[in-house]
Amino acid sequence: MKKYDAIIVGAGHNGLTNAAYLAKAGLDVLVVEKNEYIGGAAVTREMHDGWFYSSCSYVCSMMRQTIHRDLNLTKHGLVLVPYLGTVVFADNGDTMTSYHSEEAEYNQLRRRSPHDADAMFRFQTDLGRYAKLIRKTLLRTPPDPTSFRPRDIRELLWLAKEFWSLGEKELYEYIRFFTMSAADFLDDYFEDDLIKAAMASPGVIGTALGVYSPGSAYILLHHVMGDVDGNLGAWGLARGGMGAISNAIAGALQEQGGEIRTNAGVDKIVVKNGRATGVVLDNGDELQANIVVSNMDAKRTFTQCMDKNDLPPGIYEKAKNFKIRGSSGKVNIALSGLPKFNNVADNRYINRGGQGFVGSMETMERAYDCWKHGRWSEDPFIESVIPSAWDPTVAPPGQHWMSNFVQYCPSQLADGPWTAEKRDAFGQTVINKIERYSPGFKNLIVHMEVRTPHDIEAEVGLTEGNIFQGELTIDQLLFNRPFPGYAQYRMPIKNMYMCGSSTHPGGGVSSACGANAAREILIDLKRPNTVPKDDFYDE
Amino acid sequence: MNNKPEVKDPFAGERLKESHFHPRQALLNLRDAWSSWNGYKFANYYYDEEYEYFCVRNSCATYDICPMQKYIISGPDAEAMLDRMVTRDLTKLKENRVTYVCWCTDEGRLIDDGTIFRLGADRFLLTCGSPSLAWLRKSAFGFDQLQITDMSDTIAALSLQGPTSCEVLKKMGLRGIENLKPFCIAHFPFADSEGTPLMVSRTGFTGDLGYELWISPDLALAFWDALYAAGENYGIQPYGETATNMARLEAGFIMPGMEFNEALKTIHFQYDQTPFELSLDWLVDFKKPHFNGRKALLKARDQGAEYTLIKLDIEGNKPAEESFLYSDQDCSKEIGYVTSAMWSPVVKANIALAMVQTAALKGSIWAEIYYSKELRHHSKVAKCTLQEKPFWAPERARATPPAAF
Repeated sequence: MKKYDAIIVGAGHNGLTNAAYLAKAGLDVLVVEKNEYIGGAAVTREMHDGWFYSSCSYVCSMMRQTIHRDLNLTKHGLVLVPYLGTVVFADNGDTMTSYHSEEAEYNQLRRRSPHDADAMFRFQTDLGRYAKLIRKTLLRTPPDPTSFRPRDIRELLWLAKEFWSLGEKELYEYIRFFTMSAADFLDDYFEDDLIKAAMASPGVIGTALGVYSPGSAYILLHHVMGDVDGNLGAWGLARGGMGAISNAIAGALQEQGGEIRTNAGVDKIVVKNGRATGVVLDNGDELQANIVVSNMDAKRTFTQCMDKNDLPPGIYEKAKNFKIRGSSGKVNIALSGLPKFNNVADNRYINRGGQGFVGSMETMERAYDCWKHGRWSEDPFIESVIPSAWDPTVAPPGQHWMSNFVQYCPSQLADGPWTAEKRDAFGQTVINKIERYSPGFKNLIVHMEVRTPHDIEAEVGLTEGNIFQGELTIDQLLFNRPFPGYAQYRMPIKNMYMCGSSTHPGGGVSSACGANAAREILIDLKRPNTVPKDDFYDE
Repeated sequence: MNNKPEVKDPFAGERLKESHFHPRQALLNLRDAWSSWNGYKFANYYYDEEYEYFCVRNSCATYDICPMQKYIISGPDAEAMLDRMVTRDLTKLKENRVTYVCWCTDEGRLIDDGTIFRLGADRFLLTCGSPSLAWLRKSAFGFDQLQITDMSDTIAALSLQGPTSCEVLKKMGLRGIENLKPFCIAHFPFADSEGTPLMVSRTGFTGDLGYELWISPDLALAFWDALYAAGENYGIQPYGETATNMARLEAGFIMPGMEFNEALKTIHFQYDQTPFELSLDWLVDFKKPHFNGRKALLKARDQGAEYTLIKLDIEGNKPAEESFLYSDQDCSKEIGYVTSAMWSPVVKANIALAMVQTAALKGSIWAEIYYSKELRHHSKVAKCTLQEKPFWAPERARATPPAAF
């Protein structure tokens, strides 16, 4: 029987990245994927004739440019296009546009609040400072703070130095920032509720927290620390949908001789004598490998795909209690034309970027209340993007694809399991809300795909449909991710590793988890490192 | 009747000319970012440089080439005269084809580059960046049976570039446009006008799929409206000088004032270039009997170029603008300089064109890059890798018919 050097479980973008770097080092690698297509949550699928949905993730800003360049992903078909112009909507019908010119942006904020227009400079500067530090850790393995190995000590010292370089005052602020709520953080800067709500919304995206929950400030940062070509906080679209990212990485992997097998779900990771030796597929086939790398989330890996007896008891417990709560749904809509929105100028730039249906701070918090009680939000927060307004390849000309990310939506409902009827009702809630701001919106709908956390779990394999493979709160970040003591991609079973977003630096289409894991694996195998160092605009 | 006395603009003489498409372009120039070209008011950018650049790579965009210089050379001697002027063999140029050319002084130094369109057996259109009427007249000495007409102000022209460009023209009703091959010309009817007043060539300056559209000025605005109506759902957008400069650098195209100093405008001895120095060897055809600069160019070829224009991929992401190049990391031996540099958003690489001593090409190349961070100046030394091919050369730019976008 053939024995691979490495088997990677799950052909999401991190699994493919991991495999590409291992293959680049000369390893004989196989990626197994349960679905008939690759990409995991970075995927493009033609769900309606001529409409290509990025079914899960839909915009991109965390993707490590260094990896894009190093794996030559452009050659493999990846083009990232920045998109501009997001409009936020308030309950009272007010709108606010994020213009692409600093002056226009300033003038607009000033119309709402001269104080806030001014405070925005300080806010952006502080965020930029925090982002700069966190960004530097993305393509690095977190140090183990309890270890005396020279590498860990070196890395800890480096981290300490970076923190100290903030200056004493900012260091205090930063430490506080990690545990703050988005609302408290924003109160330090702004007075206008819509400005606050607009700025707070990234603090809850993908998270089972509300804007007033401690910890949501960091998540806000997580969403603005990315960049497109050095423009910090900018977001881009992958031309052809998010699947273009996974496909390009797969192209780089295959160019290095790596192999991908679809329709090959993993039933069990095989452990013999305390070592991972391969996997058993759903169809009963056993595949052997020197190492096994799981790109599945931590909970699924340890509680679904491993024998409890093979694991140290503590680990099983930690995996079971890993915080990975489903809080968001996704509604993909095919539209026969570009929707028009109340109080938004009909111009070629701003009516086609993104829409943030935030309502108010209060509305966002109320939306979270529903989730706590096991219901989807009656008046949800929706972040929408119309990628087809920028990308001519994802919908027929003149027609559009609208991606709607909806919060909150629980994985388990208080009144029993999800059913088709409940899913439809959830979808209706979403389009009713959009219709309120865009009269006639419903008449434009050609096709609609409603995805609850339950659906996302069933299809993609993310536990509870949590988009980050585990919450991004301080107890699960950096050297705590996924569990304290196991943050360096090596798992308690010998020859077994993790490379998904359950590991540092967490969720987002960044390729960083996969690349970091590859570097650690290559160290263990005493192979030359193929993973590049990160490259920054603000070195 | 309006009897208001006409107020004379006291600054009229200093104001720039407006292109035939100006009314439409001015409306879209939200940032009032104007620059100039050959006396015309010309957009630096309209909305956002990078957005416009991405329209060229992702959807389609138009670039105003009204200010470009255009000359019709016609008559029985036209072919012979042009063939003597340029370094390429023009006798091979078929009707309704376009070719890229350059022309040199007697000393073999580059005056300018441009394109020649063969519109008929005895009729050519020459386009170039700088005014060239005087040189054309000089080059026509001894050729009596020809006429040179400056059409610069009397042809309206737009360059339409990007992956959806072919689709937009199809949508406009240009039947069979998808079969037009690179460097070919076709003529189309437009609106109610008689005949085929719209000329389309599959040419451009972006390295992507694209066309140049030529029409008479009285139809310019109607044509713009029709084109923009057709392009509405294909992401059409005007782009200015900044985006052009980005796209052409990715394509590896040279620019006067950047890669070469026009010979007729060069004061310092040999601060101009030969085509060999600019890696334009393929444009010089010694098989044809005589052309301007031939003797000097033969000598230059045999001697070998002291400097050679090359493409560089530079580590890091700091554009190596105006950098010096060295053969060692300590920057002790200078071997050349960068002519154009940028971060390429589509390729995700730090790219540059550079003039490097031919003898030093085999060794390693290092760039000393200056950049500033919040007002403080910094420098770094970055390793450069020689690149043979253009940084961006998508299949669709060559394919006929171009694949769907």
